[in-house]
Amino acid sequence: MEPTVATENLRVEYRSRELGLATKVAVQGLSLTVAPGEVFGFLGPNGAGKTSTMNVLLGFVPPSSGAARIFGVDVREPIARQRIGYLPEQTYYYKFLTAEELLHFYAGIFQIPPAERSARVDQVLKLVELDHARKRQLKTYSKGMQQRAGLAQALINNPDLLILDEPTSGLDPIGRMKVREIIQRLKDEGKTVFFSSHELGEVETICDRVAILHQGELKAEGRVADLVAQHAASLEQVFLKLVGYQPQP
Amino acid sequence: MNTIWSLAKVVVLEMVRRKDFYVLFILTVLLTGTAGSVNLFNDRSIVRYLKEICLLLIWLSSLVMAITCTARQIPMEREQRTIFPLLAKPVTRGQFLLGKFLGCWLAVGMALAVFYFFFGLVSASREQQWPVLNYLQAAWLHWVMLGVVVAFTLLGSIVFAAPSSNGTICFVVSAGILLLGRHLNKVALGLPQPWQSLLYGSYFVIPHLELFDVRELIIHNWELIPWGMVGLATLYAAAYAAAFLLAAIWVFRRRPLN
Repeated sequence: MEPTVATENLRVEYRSRELGLATKVAVQGLSLTVAPGEVFGFLGPNGAGKTSTMNVLLGFVPPSSGAARIFGVDVREPIARQRIGYLPEQTYYYKFLTAEELLHFYAGIFQIPPAERSARVDQVLKLVELDHARKRQLKTYSKGMQQRAGLAQALINNPDLLILDEPTSGLDPIGRMKVREIIQRLKDEGKTVFFSSHELGEVETICDRVAILHQGELKAEGRVADLVAQHAASLEQVFLKLVGYQPQP
Repeated sequence: MNTIWSLAKVVVLEMVRRKDFYVLFILTVLLTGTAGSVNLFNDRSIVRYLKEICLLLIWLSSLVMAITCTARQIPMEREQRTIFPLLAKPVTRGQFLLGKFLGCWLAVGMALAVFYFFFGLVSASREQQWPVLNYLQAAWLHWVMLGVVVAFTLLGSIVFAAPSSNGTICFVVSAGILLLGRHLNKVALGLPQPWQSLLYGSYFVIPHLELFDVRELIIHNWELIPWGMVGLATLYAAAYAAAFLLAAIWVFRRRPLN
């Protein structure tokens, strides 16, 4: 079966515009695959290269070398993004729009036929529990509500792959629980979820497999249970060990 | 086309909700209304001067609106990072820019329609006549000219990082062309080489925005411009707008978005 996400020897470099400054390698030699229906956790400390990898998968940054494919299509082709839902870490949406207008806008982008559009908007608003606030501009929403509106826009096209960049970052425990429940529901529906997070407990609960990245290199990849058993430690301890964290004596 | 149209609608909605247009409209209404109500020495020819002043205000307002609104589109998308969830969808960068162009141009067109309608009402109340076709030609050519301005401001917003510097440059260039564009060839003749060739060359390269300034048509109630000429002028503007947009797409496609 064709992997949903595949990278082969992926390398991402950022060239400095200032003379004398070296090129920064954000990702080097990254090869991984995510199978259909999997919930895949993408872990690593800040600056590990997670966002750079996501930027390549979403077509924001071209790979310096190597290849990245989604559903077998090169990520540089816009059509590769037809079956993707993306939730950024922060709520980057047009705050002057209401949730309903935002979703209709994105539904238009996905060429969802007008006859189906309203039903789809109703469905996702109910799923993220924002039906009551659909007519309010996003700038009046709390952070948790904005994050759920973000999740709604990521789901508007009924995607087969969800790319979530720290979806629970900055949310209160109830907000986190709600997002987690939605991810679980999507997993039950057979969707593929690729998400980055610093919440290792959350990752342990939801993910089928994880990849741990450090300084642009893949340090480990596998099932959570296998990694935990192999290192005879919790996922947090495995993570700290792989990124070379030395506790202070 | 659906994608471009969806993007354009959001730009129009943003402009309506930001209220820039209302500020400019109220200002123009106040000035036009005040000027229209003045009755100096019972001189009927004074109406012509008042019309001239009001049309100048409309031209200035529309230029300010077109440039400021367009100049902030791309930098704001990048600064507020709204461009990321958008381009994570099946939207090409070309469609993104065309949507922004169409939205800004339509929004400015809507504002122009309101301005010209209000101005028409005021001057019809003074002159007891309203040559609608003259207004239509003047407003159409004005709007077409703003299409060129919007396109090169969009290009500028990709080249220059700060919206304020882009806005200033675009305003100076537009005003410069409107005021001096038709005289560049004559000025060039008085210059030594290589400046003469350079300026003479730019006379043929720049978009001659002043060709679209047919305010006299309304001020003096002149006869209509042949519609064929209006069509040619529209094609001329479309060619320049397309060239600026193609350049903008070419530059934007090469820019990483991180």
